[in-house]
Amino acid sequence: MSIVIVALIFAFLLKEGLSIFWRVPISDFLFARNWYPISDPPQFGILPLIIGSILVTAGAGIISIPIGIASALFIAEIAPRKTKEVLKAGIELLAAIPSVVIGFIGMVTLGPFIKEIFNLSTGLTALSGSITLAFMAMPTIVSIAEDAITAVPRQYREAAIAMGATKWQTTWRIVAYAARPGMVAAVMLGIGRVIGETMAVMMVTGNAALIPHSILQPVRTLTATIAAEMGETVQGGEHYAALFAIGIVLFIITFLINGIADIYLHKAKK
Amino acid sequence: MVETKMTKISIQDLTIHFGNVTALKNLNLDIYSNEIFTIIGPANSGKSSLLQSLNRLNDLNAAYRKSGKIVMDGKDIDDLDVESLRKRVSIVFALPFPLPLSIFDNIAYGPRMHGIKNKTKLIKIVEKGLREAYLWDEVKDRLHTPAMNLSGGQQQRLCIARILAVEPEVIMFDEPTSGLDPISTARVEETMRVLKERYTIILVTNNVAQAARVGDRTAFLLMGELVELDETKQLFTSARDKRTDDYITGKFG
Repeated sequence: MSIVIVALIFAFLLKEGLSIFWRVPISDFLFARNWYPISDPPQFGILPLIIGSILVTAGAGIISIPIGIASALFIAEIAPRKTKEVLKAGIELLAAIPSVVIGFIGMVTLGPFIKEIFNLSTGLTALSGSITLAFMAMPTIVSIAEDAITAVPRQYREAAIAMGATKWQTTWRIVAYAARPGMVAAVMLGIGRVIGETMAVMMVTGNAALIPHSILQPVRTLTATIAAEMGETVQGGEHYAALFAIGIVLFIITFLINGIADIYLHKAKK
Repeated sequence: MVETKMTKISIQDLTIHFGNVTALKNLNLDIYSNEIFTIIGPANSGKSSLLQSLNRLNDLNAAYRKSGKIVMDGKDIDDLDVESLRKRVSIVFALPFPLPLSIFDNIAYGPRMHGIKNKTKLIKIVEKGLREAYLWDEVKDRLHTPAMNLSGGQQQRLCIARILAVEPEVIMFDEPTSGLDPISTARVEETMRVLKERYTIILVTNNVAQAARVGDRTAFLLMGELVELDETKQLFTSARDKRTDDYITGKFG
């Protein structure tokens, strides 16, 4: 059933979006540097949007992956039972915060803070987006990685400890090693969530469809573009089709990421 | 056999509790160097608890309390650094549990952990360990395949090789053949007999016949108490205590 729905969604995206490629060749669509959908003549180059998405996502990954994995190791291996339960509940709570709220907090607190620190004209930048999204990826990464670590057979630990390994050596070289596939899957799912996230990024990244030269400039992501512009388009028009084509690109990206995560999850089960 | 024996481990008045449960009561015994010391007894008689006290694996259990002393080579083991104690007194568990690595890396794991990085040195250690555990000939052509692909008996000998690679002094076997077929069991027993030339071996077993086959001296534990300790031959031919006799002849257990 769900496969059918996914297939139908994809078919719908294709139907609505492919017509843009009659007018703009795929390579221009993907790699042209200008996104001016309502100027005359309109220009539909989504490269700045792709770069915006990649930049924000990579930033979020750099922040959330080390912290997330370290937290998972701490919760699973080191924390005493009570601390563990409190922390796990806290992380689930973090996952339950609506993205609009996280975006809002990012906009009113993080934005001015970054503006102040780096002495910028605006605090709504790729960096703010990365930090905000890191918060959203963290719960996914921590909870899935923690499951993977907890699932490592007790005997591995015993074997290592019985050979004279310290707690640290056991955790690092055996447990983390054995849980690696699960941790990769956790990271992939976290990243998948970040790429697809719309509301929070829209609120904190500044929404300028330009190719940024540093993480301290405003960017606009693929998702934010669709959300921001869909209301202003003529149904069936070129701009409308272009937005759907962006949807196709996003769909393919998330599909690939989830595919990779799936492969590793299966490895982890073995 | 009245040769002078060196005492390797001396257990003095050892009592162990896990929470409210008493696992061992006032145990006194000496284990000599280069012997196979077997411990027999029914389930819950404290055999495994005893082993896990010797390398302080029990320390990881929050409910564990002990009184009395365990002395190795004249030193109280509580005064030793726990990691180096576990390196000197190593344990082979009932079920072989290879790490999810290749055969080579499984054995090189311990030495690497203890700081040996030199590749040629590692290769030598791995080969030596595998030879001593009588596994070399069976695996020498596939050292870099996953250890999980080995048979149960091979995996158990791999675990032995893994332990030999960290150069222990005492090797404890906790029912090492309970999951193995008779042929693999014979191999592991043969390995033990050879190993005792250079190591002190403590064997805990549920299998009374195994104790009779490989043990030099045998201790019979029942409900946490030492019932009888003697030369294995003596114990099996003319046990002094009725309970021992009943156990080894299969009247209970």
